[in-house]
Amino acid sequence: MAGQADPGQAAAVEAIVDVRDVHYSIAGRPIFSGLSLKAMRGEITAVMGPSGTGKTTLLRLMTAQIYADSGVVEVFGQNLGELSSRRTFELRKRMGMLFQNSALLSDMDVYENVAFPLREHTDLPEPLVRNLVLTKLNAVGLRGAAELMPAELSGGMARRVALARAIVMDPELLIYDEPFTGLDPIALGVILRLIQQLNQALGITTIVVSHDVHELASIAHRSYLMAAGQIVAQGTPADLAESTLPIVRQFMSGDPDGPAPFHYPAPDLRSELLSGDGP
Amino acid sequence: MSTAVARDGFVLRSLARIGHMAIFLAQMLIQCGRVLARPVLVINQIYNAGGRSLVIIMLSGLFTGMVLALLGFTLLQRFGSTEALGFAAALALLKELGPVLTALLFAGRAGTALTSEIGLMRATDQLTAMQMMAVDPLRYVVAPRFLGGLISMPLLTAVYDVIGLFGAHVVGVRMMGVDNGSFWSQMQSSVDLRDVTEGIVKSLVFGFICSLIAVYEGYHAEPTAEGVGLATTRTVVASSVLTLLLDYMLTAAFI
Repeated sequence: MAGQADPGQAAAVEAIVDVRDVHYSIAGRPIFSGLSLKAMRGEITAVMGPSGTGKTTLLRLMTAQIYADSGVVEVFGQNLGELSSRRTFELRKRMGMLFQNSALLSDMDVYENVAFPLREHTDLPEPLVRNLVLTKLNAVGLRGAAELMPAELSGGMARRVALARAIVMDPELLIYDEPFTGLDPIALGVILRLIQQLNQALGITTIVVSHDVHELASIAHRSYLMAAGQIVAQGTPADLAESTLPIVRQFMSGDPDGPAPFHYPAPDLRSELLSGDGP
Repeated sequence: MSTAVARDGFVLRSLARIGHMAIFLAQMLIQCGRVLARPVLVINQIYNAGGRSLVIIMLSGLFTGMVLALLGFTLLQRFGSTEALGFAAALALLKELGPVLTALLFAGRAGTALTSEIGLMRATDQLTAMQMMAVDPLRYVVAPRFLGGLISMPLLTAVYDVIGLFGAHVVGVRMMGVDNGSFWSQMQSSVDLRDVTEGIVKSLVFGFICSLIAVYEGYHAEPTAEGVGLATTRTVVASSVLTLLLDYMLTAAFI
């Protein structure tokens, strides 16, 4: 375990991301109703929850891709709702994000993908760019794949290249959207170790959004469980594991029956089959 | 009553779309100035939009010129003035067929490629990833492609015209027996700078509108396979219709 948070120490450290009483809806359908959470400097914060609870939407709010209907989202102490687009871009230079589908630029090879942020934001000489890119690629085990195009990579390799790109500018905040989805056990272990090493060695504040409970529990300092547009439980992974709340118990044990419905609302199966109505 | 409501809704939607496109254009033009500081981005797109369209433009130009010579020869023969074939072919190609057909071909080849490329970048989160890396996709992706299309169109039109005249010469002079000297001298003495200017202005206007529609539709495509397909269709339809509409207006303006 990566050392669960000391509550006294946690209260003293600065919140890098502070989401307060956020309401957000899409086409009249509420996604968040008074959601609040914090990610502390230097910690790994896990945001867990069943599919469709708005975890990715929360990340989009934290990165100013969308804006809350009400409430405050602060990153590095700055209210995202009040920033101009130029200052939002400045703020994003301090962040790195790993996308669920990697989002590598398809017209560039692996090397150029990782070099892209350096070329756009720095005037570093080419030998230094090369050293940085190869170092980051080496960290994810793909230095030998530098000349491959994204279409030639497996899903796990693309995720690792995207991670190398996300860390090439040495961000202060690193956000992972479902980093473990579709990975084989070896790639999953590599990504898991990398997240932990980046946090411990460089002190990068880390937010991981996922529904892989056991992987997250092994590295997170602080965990939040989302359901029905709110945070329904929070604490260390051990706190969540020992929680008696039905929703937490259901999620941690993967039980289909419980407060979080497995089935999308629908009429009774027998009556729908017999009536012949519907699709 | 319901017809009036539907009509009003259509008008409002159309106005909203035009307004949205105007804002997009203004934002993109601001970025165009910055992109010119990195010409390699634009040169790559001139190759993508222009260079890769060369074969289809040259083939179409050749056949258009050949058809033009055949029809022109048949028509002029009735009046005993086949020596005017070079002038007639040049005028038709420079003023009308060159710019219009190049624009239609451009919309079908380069326009659809631009829309689907940008749309797929949207669907696969590449544009969002750029934004997260503090790189504005309007500057890095959209503006260079717009400028590449805008610059390519007059160049492609010029190629189309030249190859078209070559096709007309092959059919008119080599096959139909029109005098070679008359073919070129009539063209030289009768085509004036205004005719050439009209073609250049048209190609620039068509390049502007076709490139704008292509990048706009791609950038705002629904991030799904169906959405990208629909955006590509809209690009071809809107570019073609607007090209023909603007062609009429510009022709009227130059008379």
